[in-house]
Amino acid sequence: MWDYSETVKEHFYNPRNAGAVEDANGVGDVGSISCGDALRLTLKVDPENDVILDAGFQTFGCGSAIASSSALTEMVKGKTLDEALKISNQDIAEFLGGLPPEKMHCSVMGREALQAAIANYRGEEWVDDHEEGALVCKCFAIDAVMIEDTVRENSLSTVQDVINYTKAGGGCSSCHEAIEEILTKVLAERGEQPDFSQPTEQVVPEKPYAMTNLQRIRRIEMIIESIRPQLQRDKGDVELVDVEGNTVYVNMTGACAGCQLEMQTLGGIQQRLMEDLGEFIRVVPAKMREQAQLAQIQGA
Amino acid sequence: MAEVEGIYLDNNATTMVDPAIVQEMLPYFTEQFGNPSSMHNFGNKVGLAVKKARKQVQDLLGAEFDSEIIFTSCGTESDSTAILSALKAQPERKEIITTVVEHPAILSLCEYLEKEGYKIHKLHVDEKGRLDLEEYEELLDEKVAIVSVMWANNETGTIFPVEKMAEMANAKGVMFHTDAVQAVGKIPIDLKNSKIDMLSLSGHKLHAPKGIGVLYLRRGVRFRPLLRGGHQERGRRAGTENAASIVALGKATELAGEHMPFENTTVKAMRDRLEQGILAAVPNCFVTGDTENRLPNTANIAFEYIEGEAILMLLNKMGIAASSGSACTSGSLEPSHVMRAMGIPYTAAHGTIRFSFSRYNTMEEVEKVIEAVPPIVAKLRKLSPYWGENGPVAEPEKAFAPVYA
Repeated sequence: MWDYSETVKEHFYNPRNAGAVEDANGVGDVGSISCGDALRLTLKVDPENDVILDAGFQTFGCGSAIASSSALTEMVKGKTLDEALKISNQDIAEFLGGLPPEKMHCSVMGREALQAAIANYRGEEWVDDHEEGALVCKCFAIDAVMIEDTVRENSLSTVQDVINYTKAGGGCSSCHEAIEEILTKVLAERGEQPDFSQPTEQVVPEKPYAMTNLQRIRRIEMIIESIRPQLQRDKGDVELVDVEGNTVYVNMTGACAGCQLEMQTLGGIQQRLMEDLGEFIRVVPAKMREQAQLAQIQGA
Repeated sequence: MAEVEGIYLDNNATTMVDPAIVQEMLPYFTEQFGNPSSMHNFGNKVGLAVKKARKQVQDLLGAEFDSEIIFTSCGTESDSTAILSALKAQPERKEIITTVVEHPAILSLCEYLEKEGYKIHKLHVDEKGRLDLEEYEELLDEKVAIVSVMWANNETGTIFPVEKMAEMANAKGVMFHTDAVQAVGKIPIDLKNSKIDMLSLSGHKLHAPKGIGVLYLRRGVRFRPLLRGGHQERGRRAGTENAASIVALGKATELAGEHMPFENTTVKAMRDRLEQGILAAVPNCFVTGDTENRLPNTANIAFEYIEGEAILMLLNKMGIAASSGSACTSGSLEPSHVMRAMGIPYTAAHGTIRFSFSRYNTMEEVEKVIEAVPPIVAKLRKLSPYWGENGPVAEPEKAFAPVYA
């Protein structure tokens, strides 16, 4: 049995906005029949101001696919199209109180349906390059296609390389056999022999702090500054908001905000910080802290 | 006896331990703690209990000798032992014949062996899950180390003609193993009058606890142990005996023998009533597998245009336990390999639900499930893009064509 959150269960048992919206002017169909998920999102958009007046879903899929669809329709109603496009799959998962790693693709599908429906409304063509493989690393939810592509594009040759580039295998290490198999296959294409004799390290090295707080924060700031030009090239940006223990709060701005790859970008920043500081670092969007603080105040 | 809450129709996954069996095994956790190999009285009593259990298993399987029974930790261990033994004992033979619908205990091992250089032949099945014995006959030759074919399929209950297949293998001098974890206790087995060389069974499928299994090894069949060490199980499976569970399995096989007529009359009648009741009330669903020739306790129904995990969650909410061949329940991307092998389309394969009975189910429970299923299916179909007002949309695969498929 999956460890679904109460919110996931609630949205599955009592889905909101089920069925097609009447007079819909934006329709997005996504899914892959073979893996048992297919979602049609219908939107009714006010042509005057681009506000989503109504949203409905029809989903062939498992509990979390239906819950993600239901959550998505709740999240987009009342938003303008541009606001809606800022919703990332992570936002959908967060709205639902989290999803098991095997089920994250349900939230990805929700976001894609939204993009497809908006493209349909705007008369654009939406092309998806999404391909999903079997889940390999359960700790960091990385699939086989992602690992294989990364290995090929970056000419990786060891499990440690894969850990460094994708994080896959950097946790409990039980997927190392599967990673070695992928490496062996791609190496064979390059005509190389694999060598897996070197030991691997966890993503999370345990080193004591050697810096003062001030030094450490300056260091973090410097690393983030060095990453900014890369993001700016893609018309995005990142700004350091705060550091609290091992949590680094940042604001993603420009094209990075709500970008589909936002979590990946955050992961990349986190990776750089961990490598440089030699300690465990969590990079979190600052807005999440605000939400958490708000929830705490309301809870109290 | 403690009442179990809810309606448990997932007995092919595992079964409740029979209270009589629990009673039987309890002393072996406390006063009967001796090592059966020891020379003193503490050990001797346990040794005698293990001997009795071996005899009980022998009786249910119709084995000629009690020394043909080797206790293992589970069905998977028995399967691995059988196949790896055949390869070790006959290094010149590099091929294995099995089927596309085996349990992962066999298939995953075979896929691994394929990477190691062995050639694996997987026999195909037709739309009802039946094998083609001509295809099988043609593959049998001196290159084959072992044939491994399940006696009954865990998902559909479909029974394979393993006795005949064992004879065919024997005639060509090829070893024959069968994974019989679903069949033992449900259909009569008489190994002494068969040509089956090895057979796997698992305790927890027949009301014994988890963690105990058996490999039947016909006397004279060449064997290489998986675990080497002490002289337990006559050196064929080293490791101190799981005495309490062995005693439990002995009792379980005895009880299974006594209840076999009940399985094939009362349990079968419940299964048949469930199928008939659901098929009459729910449109666009069908029974998968070989309905003419299957286990008496298994029903596998495909509900078209909806997904199995969603069905299971709604059933579970009503206290009904079953299982599904959908991809989502396993965390993989593909629906059940058994359903795909039978050519069941994706729109139905993802919606397959297996109801598997035991002697503890009642007709009253069956009627409750027959009442519960139709509204659940209707609710999910209402959400499905493949389903219109009163039935599937015309040409569902075309009407709903996602960008990537």
